[in-house]
Amino acid sequence: MEITAIYYLIPSMIMFCCGVYGFLTRKNMIAMLVSLELMLNSVDINFAVFNRYLFPGQLEGMMFSLFAIAIAAAETAIAIAIIINIYRSVRNVDVTGLNQMKF
Amino acid sequence: MDSVGSIIIYFILALALVVFSVMAVTTRKILRSATYLLFTLFATAGVYFMLDYEFLGTVQIAVYAGGIVVLFVFSILLTHQPGEDAPLLASRGRVMGLVAALAMLVAGLWCLVTRLGLAFTKLPAMSNPDMKLIGQTMMSTGDGGYLLPFEAISVLLLACIIGGIVVARKR
Repeated sequence: MEITAIYYLIPSMIMFCCGVYGFLTRKNMIAMLVSLELMLNSVDINFAVFNRYLFPGQLEGMMFSLFAIAIAAAETAIAIAIIINIYRSVRNVDVTGLNQMKF
Repeated sequence: MDSVGSIIIYFILALALVVFSVMAVTTRKILRSATYLLFTLFATAGVYFMLDYEFLGTVQIAVYAGGIVVLFVFSILLTHQPGEDAPLLASRGRVMGLVAALAMLVAGLWCLVTRLGLAFTKLPAMSNPDMKLIGQTMMSTGDGGYLLPFEAISVLLLACIIGGIVVARKR
């Protein structure tokens, strides 16, 4: 059996759709952030797989994954700061109750 | 033709990716969701190791599994009572989300299998990109160099530090 590129692309596709499902159905902001991380992660896998299979010896996809990981870390830190701030204001982290931006 | 060992490891990793990402979005306890996310990130690092990107896998473990999941667990423990279940979703919202995700999955898989002939390319030979090459690529200004994004990322991280302090500080 030969492991071709699609053997990695299909689990990554399933992972992305799990992220979409979680992002659409979850009401808890931290759970939505977990779903967002799943989506970002599957895109990183795709970059690495396409770089490895189509352009071995070049580093473009790998570098893009590295930068995406760094940006994801920054984005998560800011999002969690915002979530903790919201928790201080309204004492829960549900998105259903958040219908105004300024308290 | 791949060796039997790498095929076995591939199936373990693919199964872990799929199962843990499904469980991360379907479990009702938020701390378990973060734990399943951690397992998914470890399996992703395993995929990077299988693709011969050792540096990328190490960064994945250090930044994602070591940093982001710890942030998640901290914020969950700060904002939730332990052992609390997420409230049940309305059935309409769940069905809509499931339909959207499944439609996307079917369309994506169909495109992958029928339209993308590149997806069946075999694994070409490649020597692992060593640290020297990665560092020189990241710091060079020439063709294929990444100095400008590197500097932009450092400014972004600085802005992120300041923004995190400003947003989360006590008033």
